[in-house]
Amino acid sequence: MIRGNFTENLGKVYGVYTLGFLAFFLLMALLEQMGGGARLIGILFLLFTIAIYALIGYLSRTMQVDAYYVAGREVPALYNGMATAADWMSGASFVALAGGIYFGGYPYLGFVVGWTGGYVLVNALMAPYLRKFGCYTVPDFIGTRYGGNTARLLAVIVLVVASFTYVTAQINATGTIASRALGIPFEVGVWFGILGILVCSMLGGMRGVTWTQVAQYIVLIIAYLVPVIWMSNAQGFGIIPHFSYGGAAQRIAELQAEYGLNSAAEAVAGLRVLTTPHFEPQGGFDSWRFATLALCMMAGTASLPHILMRYFTTPSVRAARKSVGWSLFFIFLLYFTAPALATLTKLQLLDPTLPTAVIGKAIEEVTSLEWVQNWSQVGMLSVVDQNGDGLVQLNEFFMRPDIVVLATPEIAGLPYVISGLVAAGGMAAAMSTADGLLLAIANALSHDLYYKIIDPKAETRTRLIVARVLLVGIGVAGALVASLKLTGILGAVAWAFCFANSGLFFPLVLGIWWRRANAAGAIAGMAAGFIAGTWYLYMVYTGAMEPWLGIDHLRFGMIGMPVSLIAMVVVSLATKAPSAEIQKMVDDTRTPSGRTIIGHA
Amino acid sequence: MSKGTATSESDSEANPQHWEKTRNLTFIVLGAWFVFAFVLPWFAKELNAWSFLGFELGYYFVVQGSLIAFVVMIWLQNWRQDQIDDEFGMSEE
Repeated sequence: MIRGNFTENLGKVYGVYTLGFLAFFLLMALLEQMGGGARLIGILFLLFTIAIYALIGYLSRTMQVDAYYVAGREVPALYNGMATAADWMSGASFVALAGGIYFGGYPYLGFVVGWTGGYVLVNALMAPYLRKFGCYTVPDFIGTRYGGNTARLLAVIVLVVASFTYVTAQINATGTIASRALGIPFEVGVWFGILGILVCSMLGGMRGVTWTQVAQYIVLIIAYLVPVIWMSNAQGFGIIPHFSYGGAAQRIAELQAEYGLNSAAEAVAGLRVLTTPHFEPQGGFDSWRFATLALCMMAGTASLPHILMRYFTTPSVRAARKSVGWSLFFIFLLYFTAPALATLTKLQLLDPTLPTAVIGKAIEEVTSLEWVQNWSQVGMLSVVDQNGDGLVQLNEFFMRPDIVVLATPEIAGLPYVISGLVAAGGMAAAMSTADGLLLAIANALSHDLYYKIIDPKAETRTRLIVARVLLVGIGVAGALVASLKLTGILGAVAWAFCFANSGLFFPLVLGIWWRRANAAGAIAGMAAGFIAGTWYLYMVYTGAMEPWLGIDHLRFGMIGMPVSLIAMVVVSLATKAPSAEIQKMVDDTRTPSGRTIIGHA
Repeated sequence: MSKGTATSESDSEANPQHWEKTRNLTFIVLGAWFVFAFVLPWFAKELNAWSFLGFELGYYFVVQGSLIAFVVMIWLQNWRQDQIDDEFGMSEE
């Protein structure tokens, strides 16, 4: 119904949408001037944006297989880039990245380099070839390229483990944001979040998710950039702070030397004081830790199915490549802002010459600040005069890393409307990623497990109903796990990347780049890599074993990947070469023109 | 549906030269990727002796320079790959 002229009018549709969102923002600012409370503004922001996503999800409803699995392969490169960026940037990127940089210094920046550099691998090694292949899901590629249900099934297992680990963290984030903004308990917030997520994806599948993700990207990027630029202007750090905060970073280095980076006399549960220097790489082992983290995140980026499947939706191979370029550009806008935000927020708190400073001030003065009180009440911040000198020392200012982004507008004294905007942005980031992940899992189960393995004769209608039932089932399971609050956001995210790269990276890359790779090799590579990585994670995380060479539980892909590579190469060479037909298939995959390899009915 | 861009079968014949050029381009890009992803961040401490735009150089690469390089790398690779595809008559549009 909206097809045809909808894809031709995307520029207009999203242009109007963006203006509408900005108008809503101004309306809220006006409401605040007229005395509307912060709470009301927060609620309106959340409800308004979620209602729009739900409307897009409803309008994109479909009963066609191509539309459900790959959005009809008609998503232009630019819009697929935005959708991928929203798919990619999770609640963790939006909420926790700047806080991680604030507290983590050089070692943490491995995430920033890893989560951007991975797209070079996606573009160079994967996306155009998988698009040419014409698969619906990532296991669809593995199953067709290597042949046989065993390889397909193993790929499904790795996909489900990696994506499910990741999705619980996202549902958790939607729950946190919803509970704070709407003033409901976390357990209820989680169900509210999953409801919003499912409305976007259930009716329209990949088509619905695509067009909501574009809308979510627009909200999340505005919500990330506006506060930083506003804060920078209000505090005199420059009109666009990104290119001029080098001096601020150096000033922090002086201040932290002056204050001393000591651990707290007495720890406060769940909160941290600043102990890592802003940026002081030590070389040697420190460099090794940075490089291993970056490598795991990059290879994980290039093997996570919810990202790869976005490139199945473009009209052509060339458009797939182009959309990787757009994806990274849109992701880059947020990732190069996060370090600026972390640096400027830190400087505002530390530098005694700035009016916003808290370190070195009298304790009563700091504890009477409104933002300090707000965040202390919810247990996310704590200022305690542990040495009894009446002043706030650097190691007496405790906070939860996640709140850096959320609290920055308040620290800088910006209006409430900015906080509402940021909450809507965080919600958009978490919802869009959760949607992509849930769809990746449900599609793999419905297409690869149900249709390809269990019942190849299933009718279209049955397939699409099964796909939706699975989607809801997995969403509910994710919400149940999330409501148990098992892991912190970041741990789970890094694990998902390592599960994916341990099991899928080499079977995917070699499937395209090494004609000789065969089914036995791929099965060995997936199984050995995944088992070795998981075993190592278990041993290190439970403390049953000391990490080797500093490879801790965040980097277990450093064990899984080499095992996978060796197993795959050795077993492939020890067994017979794939048939001429399969080798021809590999050649066709490398040729950008012509039909897709898999011709879907 | 849009799947029927169906150019004639002979179009999709593999061409060894096309693949050789594609592969060489990929290796060059991966080489550049390795420098910006690993070599420069590895020597961040040493690079910090220089400065750029008021940033210590090692810091600059990790928070901004390498990220910009990744974006540029992808766009350059795609620009060159399009040329290669056109040269061998393998562009689909």
